[in-house]
Order: sequence, then structure tokens, then C-alpha cells
Amino acid sequence: MSIDITGVTKRFGDFVALDDVNVSIPTGQLTALLGPSGGGKSTLLRIIAGLDSADTGSIRIEGTDATSLPPQKRNVGFVFQHYAVFKHMSVAKNVAFGLEIRKRPKHEVTQRVEELLGLVHLSQFAHRMPNQLSGGQRQRMALARALAVEPTVLLLDEPFGALDAKVRKELRDWLRRLHDEVHVTTVFVTHDQEEALEVADEIVVINEGRVEQIGSPEQLYDEPANDFVMSFLGEVTTLDGRIVRPHDIEVELAPVPGAVEGTVTRVLRVGFEVKLTVATAGGDVTVAMTRTHLRGLGADEGSRVWLYAAKGAVTVAGTAVKETAVAG
Amino acid sequence: MSSALSGATIDTTGPASPKGRRPGRAKRTTPRNTLTGGAGLGLGITMLWFSLLVLLPLSAIVARAAAGGWDSYVNVLQNEQTWAAVVLTVRSAAIVTVLNIVTGTIIAWVLVRDRFPGKAILNVIIDVPFALPTIVAGLVLLALYGPNSPIGLDWAFTPNSVLLAFAFVTLPFIVRTVQPVLEELDADVEEAAASLGASRFTIFRRIILPSLFPAIIAGATLSFARAISEFGSLVLLSGSRPFETEVASVRILSFIENGSYASAAALASVLLAVALAVIVVLDLVQRRVARRG
Ligand SMILES: Nc1ncnc2c1ncn2[C@@H]1O[C@H](COP(=O)(O)OP(=O)(O)OP(=O)(O)O)[C@@H](O)[C@H]1O
Ligand SMILES: [Mg+2]
Repeated sequence: MSIDITGVTKRFGDFVALDDVNVSIPTGQLTALLGPSGGGKSTLLRIIAGLDSADTGSIRIEGTDATSLPPQKRNVGFVFQHYAVFKHMSVAKNVAFGLEIRKRPKHEVTQRVEELLGLVHLSQFAHRMPNQLSGGQRQRMALARALAVEPTVLLLDEPFGALDAKVRKELRDWLRRLHDEVHVTTVFVTHDQEEALEVADEIVVINEGRVEQIGSPEQLYDEPANDFVMSFLGEVTTLDGRIVRPHDIEVELAPVPGAVEGTVTRVLRVGFEVKLTVATAGGDVTVAMTRTHLRGLGADEGSRVWLYAAKGAVTVAGTAVKETAVAG
Repeated sequence: MSSALSGATIDTTGPASPKGRRPGRAKRTTPRNTLTGGAGLGLGITMLWFSLLVLLPLSAIVARAAAGGWDSYVNVLQNEQTWAAVVLTVRSAAIVTVLNIVTGTIIAWVLVRDRFPGKAILNVIIDVPFALPTIVAGLVLLALYGPNSPIGLDWAFTPNSVLLAFAFVTLPFIVRTVQPVLEELDADVEEAAASLGASRFTIFRRIILPSLFPAIIAGATLSFARAISEFGSLVLLSGSRPFETEVASVRILSFIENGSYASAAALASVLLAVALAVIVVLDLVQRRVARRG
């Protein structure tokens, strides 16, 4: 394991930001810290980097106890949401910074900077100042700067959070491919479940300072540990006291044994998809299906329908976060 | 993105793409010399205001001095008493400015970065030397560093008193120019440097100081300009002894009192030249450092 976090607790005054967190992050993988805003993701990342210190617990990086090491000695690359560029230095100088501090020979620095700028596709911008770059370019520069010192682990705190949706998507795909080339153990923070599911090898779900689940995207999606993980990874609705995904609900116009009876109160068409709101005894249920499916079914507002979870659908007991159903 | 290159590829949106434009030539770097209507009006008002308040009176002084011919300049400067006053003024102002660069930056640092009781009060008091009528400043300094000094430092009527007066009235300049810049510095920039291995000293020297540099230079310019023009506090404190504690501005007053307007104007224009030279030099230094990055 590349990073071992054991029993880490962090308080800000009375507020518990991290509560006995235990996580092991595997070497060479791309791990996402996923969770809602204020959950403690940045705090954990900063503690790994040594930018904050834990109240209790320990951090080991590649087997070395780093708990009381200052950030300078951890050999960790950190990329910030708002780029944290050195404004008064050119792009090349920014990237060279860590190497110059280590007093590497000049020709080596020059060569490595060229190499890295090539890697992040900024070669032709080497002599620009950071304020002449776009946000995405700045973040790529920050990434090159962090990679320059050959860190044992690379930590990214919502690296694409300040960028617009399209650039974000491009950069996230690019990060995945970059990681496949560079293979440095990488941890990145995001509160976007799509980003985590698409890019990460492993996902750590953090909520209110606690780890809710650790697993691959498939595990998280197919075997959510609890209702929080299930509802955080995608849309959910409550059917008969169980949480289920809206597109995993089957709809019939005739009674089916064990199905829940209800009335369609609303039909909302969004692109290729249709969302039905069905009033049942246990509260409103949202059902998603394709337009074609709905046409074939022939249901409309006011129709009497019977609902049941599709075969093989993932369901979790509990009250959904989004809807207040009166559990039986 | 249709490119099917292997490995990491990305849409490099840059200046390279359209035909004919060579890569690496940034279009954004040189602002064009075109003004919008609003900006034209703004520039007009700036020039008018600046002319009425600064350029015209200054030109009048220079014209008046020049009316006396080249001789009057030479006479004024050849007069040893005048020359001594100019040297004392410029030297003291330079020393005080260098001193302010160090202490002003430290005070600004303490006010922004440290927490201690009485910080809010100190933050207000910093401006007092600037807000006091300078004659009162002289009185205050005389109480502490005069003949009845409670700390045994009688500097009244010595060249030290000139330094003291200059230092007192110029104290706030660098503090107040550096402070807001320091407050606006992003913590994450320093954290980025730290995780790249930079020690606290290196972070200060390579990251913080360059960001503060323009503010320090601006403060130094103000501080120097304010020092060479100081007058009020010296009346009490320095005694204005010729060749010893007489500064240029006091010398100008005595020219005027003697009805020698041409000499006064000539000396004034010399001070003006010194001030301009210092402003230009400091500006060049700042540009040079900014370029070096
Ligand atoms: N320096 C601090 N002082 C006091 N409270 C803090 C401090 N830093 C973080 N917190 C609190 O700790 C909690 C966790 O913060 P953290 O920044 O780790 O959240 P996050 O998961 O990164 O959220 P986001 O997705 O919004 O960035 C928040 O409630 C925050 O208010
Ligand atoms: Mg955060």
C-alpha cells in the first residue's frame, strides 16, 4: 500500500471534520475521494500532504511514517483547485521551481522541464506568464510543476473544479490517460460522482468526516454499503420502503403479485428519457424509462399502474435522502 | 477531439492553430493603442487634472529658475551652504528610505501574519505620524529625543534629528502599500511551494518577496519623495544650522525670505530633478526585477 491512513481524527474547535478515518491507498492507482461538500475530503488530502496535521492517527507514505514530517519532506505533489500558480514566474520557471530548489544541474532542469511541458502539451507556452494562459492550461502547468519533483504520490484537490463542464470532461479523460502513462500513485478529490466513476480505479466515499465505503466503481455501484452511498452515486427513489434507481423499476398496467399500486401524476420528458411520478400509498415514486418504452406501455397521466423493482436491480433498505417516504 | 493519437492527447487550444500564424506568438501580450470613448474621457480628465495641479506649477518653477539663466543654477549649486543642504537632504532621505524598506515590510508582515494583543491598535497608530501636522510631529519628537530626553538621547539640532524627523513622517508609506498586497496573497501558493520542497526562507525570498516588490518600490518612492520635502517638523527639531542640519526645503524658505526668488526656484527645480531621478530609477529597478521573475 502506498498511503496508509490509520485512525485519523481532525477537529476544528468543536467541529469534527474527520472522525477515525482508516484508508489504504494502493500503489500506482488512481483513487478518488468522493463525497458531498464539507465532508472532509480536502482536510484528509491536506493531512496526507502535511499541509494540515491530524489530531490523532498516523499517515504512512510508502512505508515511511510521515505523521510528523513537514510538507517539504513528504515528497508529495499537490495540485490545488485554484491552480496556485507562481504569478511572477514564466510557465517554464514554475515547472522548474521544485528542481531548482533541489539544486539540480541546469541542463538537467531544462531538459526535464521540456519533457514535462511536452507531457502536458504546453511546450509552445514555456515562456508565457501564467496570466496569459487559460484555466485549463494553468492547471496543466500546475500538474507539470507537481510532477517535476517525481513525487511518490500525487494529490489533486478538485483539480478541474474551477473549469467549465466541457473542459472539465476533456481534462478528466486526459488525466486518466496521463496516469496510464506516468503511473504515479494519485489521489484526487471530487464531489462529482460521474467524474469519480469514469476516471478512478478505486473510490473512497467520505461523508461527514467518516468513510462510508471503499471500492472499485463497479463495487460501489453494484453493492453500495448503505443508502448514502447508493443515493450519492446516482438518482434514487423509494419504492415500498427500499431505495432503488428510477430506471430499475418495472411498470405494468395490470396487477402483478407483490407489486405496488399507484397512479401516474406527472410525465416529464427530458431528451430520450421520460420521468414518471407515481403516487403510491408509501409516497411519490419516480420512474425513469425511454420514450419508446413509454409508448409501448401506453401509460399516461392518470393511469393506474403497478410498480416493482426489476430483476437483479440493486436495492438498499432505508429512507431515501431525497424523498420522505413513510417506511412501512 | 477526433485525434486518434496514442497516449495522452488534448485539445491544445492555442495561438498555433490558424494558418500563417507561427506558434508561440501570443496575440494577447501587446495591448493595442485604441481607446474606447469612456477611456478617452478618463484620459482627458486625468491629463487636465494632472496639468492643473502638477505640470503647470512645476513648469512655472522651472521657467522661473530658467529665466535667471544658466548662471543662477550654477550659482545656487556653487553656494556651499546650498550644496550642503541638498546633500544632507538627499542622503538622509535615502538612508531613511532604505530603513523603511526593511522596517516597513517587517511591520506590514507582523500586522498581517501575526496575532498578538493590541494588533488592532497598532494598526491604527501606524497612520498617526502621517496624520499629525508636522510641526506637532516635531514637538512630539523633541519631547523624547530633545534636551530633556527621558531616555537620554539628545539629538536635537544634530544631523540625527533630520533622520529622525524623516523616519517619523515616512513611517506609514511602505507599511500601507505592502499590507494590502500581503493580505491578498493566496495561502495555497505558499503551500504549493512548501510541498515542492521550499523552506520557509526560500518561500519568502522566491515567492512572497517578488509579489511584494512592486508595493515596496511604490512605498519607497513615496517615502523618499515625502522625506526630501519635509519641512515642518525640522523647524523645531533640527534648528536648521547651516552646513549641519539645514535641509533643502528650509534653504528654499530662506531664499524666499531674502527676496531671492530665482535662487529659490533654481533650488526647487534641483529637488524636482532629484525626485524625478529617484522615481525613474526605482521604477526601472522594479521592472527589471519583474522581468527576471
Ligand atoms: N481551517 C478550518 N477551520 C475551521 N473549519 C474548517 C477548516 N477547514 C475545514 N473546516 C471545516 O471542515 C469541514 C470539512 O472541510 P473540507 O474542506 O475538508 O470539506 P470538503 O469535503 O473538501 O468540501 P468541498 O467539496 O466543499 O471542498 C467543513 O465543514 C469545513 O467547514
Ligand atoms: Mg474541498
